[in-house]
Amino acid sequence: MEERPFNDISYERFLNEGKLMGSRCRKCRVLFLPPRTICIKCFGSEMEWVQVEGKGRLVAFTCIAIGPPFMIREGYNRKHPYVSGVVELQDGVKVVARIEGVDGNNPEMIKIGTRLEVDFLHRGEGRNSTAFLAFRPCADGHG
Amino acid sequence: MRGRRKLGRGVAMVGAGMTKFGIFRDKDSKSLFAEAFQEMLSTVDKGLDPNDIDALYLGNFTNDFFVRQGHWGPIISDLLGLTPRPATRTEGACASSGLAFREGVFAIASGFYDVVLVGGVENMSKRSTEEVTEGLAMAASPYEIKAGFTFPGVFGAIATAYFAKYGATREHLMNVTIKSHNNARLNPKAQFNVSIRDIMNQRIEKAKMRGGSVPTWRDEKEFLRDPKVNPVVAWPMHLYDCCPISDGAACVLLVAEEIARDFTDDPLYVVGIGQGSGKALHAKEDLTYFEATRYAAQEAYELSGLRAEDIQIAEVHDSFSIAEIIHIEDLGFFKPGEGYKAVEEGLTRLDGPKPVNTSGGLKCKGHPVGATGVAQLVEIWKQLRREAGERQVPIRDLRIGAAQSLGGAGGTCTLTILERR
Repeated sequence: MEERPFNDISYERFLNEGKLMGSRCRKCRVLFLPPRTICIKCFGSEMEWVQVEGKGRLVAFTCIAIGPPFMIREGYNRKHPYVSGVVELQDGVKVVARIEGVDGNNPEMIKIGTRLEVDFLHRGEGRNSTAFLAFRPCADGHG
Repeated sequence: MRGRRKLGRGVAMVGAGMTKFGIFRDKDSKSLFAEAFQEMLSTVDKGLDPNDIDALYLGNFTNDFFVRQGHWGPIISDLLGLTPRPATRTEGACASSGLAFREGVFAIASGFYDVVLVGGVENMSKRSTEEVTEGLAMAASPYEIKAGFTFPGVFGAIATAYFAKYGATREHLMNVTIKSHNNARLNPKAQFNVSIRDIMNQRIEKAKMRGGSVPTWRDEKEFLRDPKVNPVVAWPMHLYDCCPISDGAACVLLVAEEIARDFTDDPLYVVGIGQGSGKALHAKEDLTYFEATRYAAQEAYELSGLRAEDIQIAEVHDSFSIAEIIHIEDLGFFKPGEGYKAVEEGLTRLDGPKPVNTSGGLKCKGHPVGATGVAQLVEIWKQLRREAGERQVPIRDLRIGAAQSLGGAGGTCTLTILERR
């Protein structure tokens, strides 16, 4: 379906288009997210693109008070921490992402296992536009 | 793996030196390394002619970023008058000089060289905290960086996974911090050469002198729970869970086993070395252990014929308090999920059955990243030779010590086992 190379550049471009895309080995059917060029199970390189359904649960997180310059420019600081986490998707693969819709100042209220759905944070304009992968608690409220 | 790991010939450590670690506005990488080198020279019992050094292996992580200067191998060999002999820089994030040590061992074990200088240096204090955080984050995977992870953030996330799996809490991490400070109080080379109790007393004295309200912490844990003195860096990592920004250098002298006695009557033998690599954070099957550490340990134990219970003392890579707990499990000292209990029971204290980070660890001794791997071995050198002064462990038949160095979020790990015979 897609002719793009199985690498991080394509992965990022898909994110910009609001799609979470992984690569699947045509031979042994293992799914990799972010995409891998080489299957680390059978070492084959026949891959296909798969759109991953962006639903999962929180397996680890942190509320960051001292962030890198690009996060400081977004307005985050010691008084206004942001949350980053590891999310396990329904397909069994995990991703690291920003966690939105939770309060970085109340980490005790953020629970491992919380059901999350994908979101794309679009930043910048034109050629400088970038999408950051994010997850937020499911809108249906079922925890 | 095919066949059993073995070294071509034995390698011994016959000298070890390091600078004090700390923030030194008027010292650069060259002056730091020169200082470590001079101390190392003074520890070679029968003396060393620097002209006999065949090669230099130097660990350094991010001087390119921190001081905008790369290509540190020849800069240091020129500094020491070693040119035109070869100088090789190794980079493995915070395990950079752990790698340098291993390359030095291989260079001698192969039969190619007889005398090798191994060291590490990092100069971090000339940048802001935010810039240093950004520089260190370069050791994470690109996915983690984009998701906003810093290094305290990576280990914060690992801590939440560990807490959820094993029921440990922030209170257990405090036991690591308190122990590290108690050890560092006895180490004049440590950046934070004070116990938590000392820090509490200093702050109380200061408050009294200023005439303001005087803090009333009952014990160390109450102090560590106080967000005014111990703020969040990347929850649940607080200030006192994190190693500091440091400048420093360390170096050791490795020689072929058959000539070791030309340098000292009390050499330490490199009986085990191991190295592993690990996946990015999202790809780990389980966030509560490091595959690189387990692999490095397996290699080093196999080479040495030793088991985890034979290691009498260890320096482990406690860049963050949670890391020390995970490492002592991955090295096999304690079962998975039992490390935090062992620390709570005092088993890893200076006077416990398995002393860990007698130097004060990265947390208190300081963590000039490129120097750390070798500096850990300087501590093992001092302890095994019973030259550790006030912090000498009281174990009677002390012969075997190990040092574990971890880079990134577990991307690189080395384990070295030294033996005094």
